Amino acid sequence: MSAGPAEDALPEAPADAPAGIVVDPHTLGGPAPDPEGRPTVVVLDYGSGNVRSAVRALERAGAAVTLSSRAEDALNADGLVVPGVGAFATVMEELKAVDGPRIIGRRVAGGRPVLAICVGLQIMFERGIEHGVEADGLGEWPGTVELLPAPVVPHMGWNTVSAPEGSRLFEGVEDERFYFVHSYGVQSWEFEVAQPKMAPPLVTWSEHGARFIAAVENGPLCATQFHPEKSGDAGARLLRNWVRSLRPHPAPRPAAEAAS
Amino acid sequence: MSVAVRVIPCLDVDAGRVVKGVNFQDLRDAGDPVALAHRYDAAGADELTFLDVTASSSERETTFDVVRRTAEEVFIPLTVGGGVRGVAEVDRLLREGADKASINTAAIARPDVIDEITRHFGSQVLVLSVDARRVQGDTSTPSGFEVTTHGGRRGTGIDAVAWAKEAADRGVGEILLNSIDADGTKEGFDLELIRLIRGAVTVPLIASGGAGVPEHFPPAIEAGADAVLAASMFHFGPDDMIAQVKAAIRDAGFPVR
Repeated sequence: MSAGPAEDALPEAPADAPAGIVVDPHTLGGPAPDPEGRPTVVVLDYGSGNVRSAVRALERAGAAVTLSSRAEDALNADGLVVPGVGAFATVMEELKAVDGPRIIGRRVAGGRPVLAICVGLQIMFERGIEHGVEADGLGEWPGTVELLPAPVVPHMGWNTVSAPEGSRLFEGVEDERFYFVHSYGVQSWEFEVAQPKMAPPLVTWSEHGARFIAAVENGPLCATQFHPEKSGDAGARLLRNWVRSLRPHPAPRPAAEAAS
Repeated sequence: MSVAVRVIPCLDVDAGRVVKGVNFQDLRDAGDPVALAHRYDAAGADELTFLDVTASSSERETTFDVVRRTAEEVFIPLTVGGGVRGVAEVDRLLREGADKASINTAAIARPDVIDEITRHFGSQVLVLSVDARRVQGDTSTPSGFEVTTHGGRRGTGIDAVAWAKEAADRGVGEILLNSIDADGTKEGFDLELIRLIRGAVTVPLIASGGAGVPEHFPPAIEAGADAVLAASMFHFGPDDMIAQVKAAIRDAGFPVR
């Protein structure tokens, strides 16, 4: 999706601003810096399903959390969480209705953290095939989301994962079980590292009928197929790991406030 | 690497209170579902199920309040059943913080409601609860089991296996199978019933009814259950009953969390 200036939702610099000035997006709407210095996290509110658990679990992980579907909130928070429950194609439609693809694309391009959960992970791939219906995803990663070839689906319950060396997300919980509920998954990873100097994405696998991708850590973009907000203490630790990786933008200095 | 067998305590909730209470030592309010949810989470429960038995719809708000408070404090999956008739109730439950809704009588009365709910929210949110018993008297069904309503007191003449299969085809993500014959006996699960349903559906199967001791659980899993649900055994047994049940399952060679 292109993100030309015409469809840019970030407010323009004020008309009287000196030419060439760099406008800090943090001053242009979105969640206010947390007075306690916690990182701000917006949970993108774009469909139905249980988002209350995600909000509360992130708060417990140390973030100042807002549930919002407003682009300025989602763009400017220190971290954005993209939940996802339901069918791939439906989630994509609902996401488009709140300008989600552009918000996610802009954040990732700007190196600003995004955590996607469950179908949120799936739509980061190129396409999903459910009941023979093929739908395009965001294409951040190559691959297709397909039915898991297991005798019992949905894959529902607590499963183990195999996290790679150096994973920050799974630090301290590499050997724990996480709660999954899904019927579809990405069963191969064919990411071409275009720049040899770039750190390759870290892929965590699980298995149900076949090996499938349980999580990806790719610079600012992280995603889990399981529900960390429903994975008890192990999920809480994983969310804490993610929240701790966020850099809170500083609250305005008192001097600046006094001057204004 | 494989998914663990889930052990699920079930709480009957009436107007915001747990029916009959629960025998946990040192628990100040054994009738508070949120306090119990905490306790079961700490004791190793893999999921929780609330069955709302509130008779009057005017008190149904108390259930939503319980769901909301539980979801804000307990971070394992929560299923809520009782009074679920359609998309509207499921939507409300999910927004309050439930992960799944279970449906029983309303789906028997109008099976299309399964398609409506699962089209809207996905299969994974809907659990079909089936109260099944061996046919009695003049009734006969191909499987020998029929679906009942009103807590097992009324037969419907509907074949339990055919109903489970139809519901799975319509989109339910899971089946909670309660044996009316075994329920309350404490003599073990109805393994024949579990095998029949397992053979008919590919969605996860939760077995319920009849458990009295931890050793009753592994045969239910051998018969095809992916998860096990019990109420009084956890409520009135020793505080570490969930751990005992998991140990029995693990000793039989099945993975647990």
